[in-house]
Amino acid sequence: MEASFDFWTHLPAVIPELLLTVLAVVVLLLDLYGGKENRRNIAFVSAIGLAAIAVTPLIWGPSEQQVFWGGMVRYDLIAQIFKVMIIIGASITCLMAADDSEVGHKGEFYLIVIVATLGASLIAAAADLIMVFVGLETLSIPLYILAAFRRDDERSSESGMKYFLFGAFSSGVMLYGFSLLYGFTGETNIYTLSQAFPAAVADNPLPLIGALLMLLVGFGFKVSMVPFHFWTPDVYEGAPTPVTAYVSVASKAASFALLVRVLLAVFPVTLVIGQENLQTLWVNLVSVLAIVTMTIGNVLALRQTNIKRLLAYSSIAQAGYVLVGVAAMQSQSDYSVASVAFYLLMYTFTNLGAFAGVLIFSETTGSENIKDMGGLSRRNPWLALGMTIAILSLAGIPPAAGFFGKFYLFTAAVNANMVLLAIIAVLNAIVALYYYLIVIKVMYVDRSQYDSQSIALSRSTLWVIGLTSIAVLLLGTFGAQPFFDWAAQGAQALLAL
Amino acid sequence: MEGFTLPVLSVIVFVPIVAAIIILFINEDNRDLIRGIAITSAVIVLALSAAVYFSYNGQVEALSSAQAAMENPAELADIGAQGIASKLFADGLFFEEQVTWVKALGIKYHVALDGLNAPMVLLTGMVAVAGVLISWDLERTREFMAFFLLLVAGVYGVFISIDLFTLFFFYELAIFPMYLLIAGWGWKERREYAAMKLTLYILVGSVVALIGVIALVFTAQDFYLNNPAIFEAGKSLGIISADASELSFNMKQLMLAAENGAFNIPVFGSDVLTFSTFWFPFIFIGFAVLAGIFPFHNWSPDGHVAAPTAVSMIHAGVLMKLGAYAALRVGVQLLPDGARVHLPWIVFLTLINVVFGAFIAFRQRDFKYVIGFSSVSHMGLVSMGFATMNVTGMTGAGLQMFSHGAMTALFFGCVGMVYDRAHTRDIPSLGGFVKRMPWVAVAFIVGGLTSMGMPGLSGFIAEFPIFQGMWAASENIALKIGNFTLTNYYSVIVIFAALGIVVTAAYVLRVAAQVFFGDFDDKKYPHIGDILPRERIILFLLGVPLIILGVYPSIMAPMITTGVNPIIALLGGV
Repeated sequence: MEASFDFWTHLPAVIPELLLTVLAVVVLLLDLYGGKENRRNIAFVSAIGLAAIAVTPLIWGPSEQQVFWGGMVRYDLIAQIFKVMIIIGASITCLMAADDSEVGHKGEFYLIVIVATLGASLIAAAADLIMVFVGLETLSIPLYILAAFRRDDERSSESGMKYFLFGAFSSGVMLYGFSLLYGFTGETNIYTLSQAFPAAVADNPLPLIGALLMLLVGFGFKVSMVPFHFWTPDVYEGAPTPVTAYVSVASKAASFALLVRVLLAVFPVTLVIGQENLQTLWVNLVSVLAIVTMTIGNVLALRQTNIKRLLAYSSIAQAGYVLVGVAAMQSQSDYSVASVAFYLLMYTFTNLGAFAGVLIFSETTGSENIKDMGGLSRRNPWLALGMTIAILSLAGIPPAAGFFGKFYLFTAAVNANMVLLAIIAVLNAIVALYYYLIVIKVMYVDRSQYDSQSIALSRSTLWVIGLTSIAVLLLGTFGAQPFFDWAAQGAQALLAL
Repeated sequence: MEGFTLPVLSVIVFVPIVAAIIILFINEDNRDLIRGIAITSAVIVLALSAAVYFSYNGQVEALSSAQAAMENPAELADIGAQGIASKLFADGLFFEEQVTWVKALGIKYHVALDGLNAPMVLLTGMVAVAGVLISWDLERTREFMAFFLLLVAGVYGVFISIDLFTLFFFYELAIFPMYLLIAGWGWKERREYAAMKLTLYILVGSVVALIGVIALVFTAQDFYLNNPAIFEAGKSLGIISADASELSFNMKQLMLAAENGAFNIPVFGSDVLTFSTFWFPFIFIGFAVLAGIFPFHNWSPDGHVAAPTAVSMIHAGVLMKLGAYAALRVGVQLLPDGARVHLPWIVFLTLINVVFGAFIAFRQRDFKYVIGFSSVSHMGLVSMGFATMNVTGMTGAGLQMFSHGAMTALFFGCVGMVYDRAHTRDIPSLGGFVKRMPWVAVAFIVGGLTSMGMPGLSGFIAEFPIFQGMWAASENIALKIGNFTLTNYYSVIVIFAALGIVVTAAYVLRVAAQVFFGDFDDKKYPHIGDILPRERIILFLLGVPLIILGVYPSIMAPMITTGVNPIIALLGGV
C-alpha cells in the first residue's frame, strides 16, 4: 500500500464507475417517480447519460500506467479504451431497447444494464484478484436477470436459467483457481503475483498450470470459447434482443480485456518454472482453443435457420478470431494487443448494428427466421443496407471495418511466427463467408410471405442503425489508422508491466 | 503528368463509387435518372482511362530507351547501387499518388500507372461502358447499377495499386457486389449455386495469398534492418521513402528486397525450401484461380453462364485478367526465385487449360458455355506467357490479357443479345440469325477470328509472341524431378498448345455456322428484329479495338514491354 493516500490523484481512475453509479440512481428514481407515461424516455436518459460517461475516460486519460486504490485498479490507456468501448456499447443497447415492446418501457431494465456496465468497466481495469471477482459478478448477475427478463416467455426463462447455471459453475471453478494462486503466494495483486511464484512452487509447474486452466474456464465461459460455449446459442436466442446484443459486445469486450491483462501479468514471458516456460504453454493452449472455437462456431453456424442463433454461432467464431490475437501475444509486440482491442471495438459497432436490424425485423414480423427476411431490401432498403454493412463487417469484407479487424489480427499472428494459425483463421473466414452471404442474398434476392409488408424505422432505431453503420464504414476506411494507433499506445501501456 | 493536375487515377476509382452511392439515394422508379448517372460515370471513367492510356503511350518511346540504357552494366555502376529492376520499375510509374493510411503497419494508399496496368485500365473502362449499356432494361435498375459500379471501382483499384494492401482491399471489395449481381440478376436455374461457388473459389485463393504477402512484408522488414546499405541505396534511387524499421507493403520496396535475395532465406528449418519457393505456389496459384487455372477453373464456366450479361462481360473480360495480373505482380515479380523453380511445372497446368478448355468448349450445346470454356482456354495462354519468363512471351501475355478481355466481352455481349430475343441458348435450336441480326453476326465473327489467332486481328498479335517466347525459352528452362531433368520440353508444349488453337477454330466456326447461318425459323422466332443503336455501340466499342490492335500493334506492345522489363530483369533476363 502507498504511504500517503491522496484522494484526488486516485479519483480519475474510477470517474466512469462513479458516474455510472450516479446514473443508476438517477434512473432508479426516474422509474419510481417519473410516472408511467415517461418510462420510455428513461431509455433516452440512459443512452445519453452513458454516451456522456463514455467520453470521460477520454478527458481524464492517464499520462502513465499506475496502480490505484490500494492496488485494486490499474489506471492505464488500454483500460480506458475498453471502458469507452463497453460504455458506448451499453449506450447503444439502451437506445435500441427503447423500441423493444417487451423491455422498452420498463425502467428497471435500464437500471440493470447500467449496473452490469459498472461491473464490466471495473474488470477492464481490475488489477487485483478480488477486484476481478467482484467486477465479474457485478457484470454477471445483472446479465442473468436480463436474460430472463421476459418472465412470461418460456424461452427467456430457460435462457436465464441456463446462463445462470453455466455461469455459476464456471465462476466457481475460476474462484478455485484464484484461491490456488492466493494459497501459493499469499498475494492477490495481479502485478505482484508472478514474482512470488518461484519461491512458492519451486521447480514444480503443475500447480500453476492447474490454476491457469481454471482461470481459462472462467474467462472461456464469458467469451463463449469452445468447449464452454454451450450456453451461447440458447441464451442468444431466448434473451430479449437488446440483451443478446449487450452480452455479445460489452460483456465480451470486458472479458477479453481481463483475459489479456491476466495472461500477460500473471504468466509473463519471463516466468520459467522448472523447465517450463508458462507463456509458451498458454500460447499453445490458446492457439488450439482458437482453432477449435472458430472452426466449431463456423461449422455449426452453417446449418442455422434462426438469425439470432446464427449470430450466436458467429459470435463464437468471432471469439475464436480474437483468440488468435491473444495467442499472438507471444511476440510481445504491441500489434497483438492492439489488434485485439481494435477487433473488439469494431465488433461492438458491428454486432450492435446487426442485432438492431434483427430487433426491428422481429418486432415488425414476429419472426426470427432467416428465410422470412426475404425481400427486406424492398420492404425497407435502409434497414437492409444497414444489416448488409454489419454482416459484411462480420465477414471481413471491405469497406466494412471487419476487413481491417481481421487483417490486423492475422498480421499479428504472422508477426508472432504463427503462419499456420493465420492460415487456418483465413480459411475459417471463408467458411463463415458462406453463411453471411446467404443472409445478404436472402435480403436482396429472395421473396418471402411478408414481401408486401413494409417495415418502418422509428427515430431511435434509425439512429442506432445509422450510427453503427457509419462507425463501421469509418473504421474500415479512414478511421482504421487513428484507432489502431490509439490501441497500439494502449497496448504499450499494458505490455509495460 | 503533362496536362493533369488532378489525381486522375483516384478520380477514376472514386467516380463509380460516388455514382453508386448517389444512385442508392434515388427513388427506384426514377429509372432514367439512375441510368443517366450510371452511363455518365462510366463514360467519364472511360474517357479518363483513355486519356491516361494515351498520355502514357506518349512517354513509351523515351521510357524504352531509358530502360535500355539502364540495362547497361556501366550505367548501373554510375548509379552506384544495386537494383536494376526496381530502378526500371520506379522510372516507369506515372500518375503516382501516395497517401499514408495506417502508419503503424506501413499501409499506404498508393496507386500508379505503368506499362502493365495501363492497357487493363483502358479495358476496364471499355467494359464498364458496355456493361452499363447492355443492362439498360434490367429489372431493379437501381441496385444493379449501384453494385455494378462498385464492382468496376474495385477492379480499377486492383489494377492501379502499387501498395499490396491497397491491392487486397480493392480485390476483396470487388467480391461482394459480384456475388450479389450474379445471385440477384443471373440465370434463375443456376445463379445461387454458381455465385457462391465462384465467390468461395476466388476468395480461398486470395486469402491464402494474403497470409503469404503478410509474411513477405515482415521478411522484407527484417532484411532491410539487417542490410542498411541496400536500404540506403534504395533511398537514393527514390524507391523507398520510409524508415528501415517500418513495415511496407510498397511493391517497389519489396522488389528491391527480392532482387537482393531477401526471400531466399530457408523456412521451417529446411535445407531445400526457401521462403520464395515455399510461398510462390500459394501466391501464384492463389491468384491464378481467378484466372481460371487448371484444376481450379471449375467456377468459371458455371459462373459466367449463370451471370447476367453485363457481369459475364466484366467477369470474363476483366476480372479473370485481374487474377492473372495479381499473380504476375505479386507472385512472379516479388518471388522471382520461386517463379524460376515453379513455373516450369505450372506450364503444364496452363497447357491443360489451353487444350482441355478448347475441347470442352467444342462439346457444349449451350451457346454461353462455349464462350465460358473458351475463356478458360484463352486464359491458359496468358499464364503460359508468364511461364516463358522472357520479354517476348510476357509481352504476348500482356497483349493477350487485353485482347481476350475485349474479345470475350464482345462474345458475351453477342450471346446476351441473341438470348434476350430468342430466349434460348441451345445451339442446335438456333440458326440463321445473320438475317435478323447482321451486326451481331459480324461482331461474333470478328471475335471468333480474333480468338483463333487470325493475322490482322489482336489475337494473332498476342498469341504469336507467346508461342515465340515459349520456343525461345525452351533451351533455357529445365525441370528437375529428383535425379531426372527434363529439358527442351517447352517446344513440345508449344506444339500441343497450337493444337488447342486448331480446336478453337473448330468450335468458333461451328457456333458461327449453326447460330448465325443456315435457315432462320420464322415460326419459332417470329418477333426477332435487329439490335438497338445502344447495342450497336457496345459491339463497336469492343470490336473495333480488336481490329486496331491487330493492324497497329505498336499502340500497345511497346508499352507492355516497358512494363514487363523490370520483371524480366528480376528474373535474371532470358
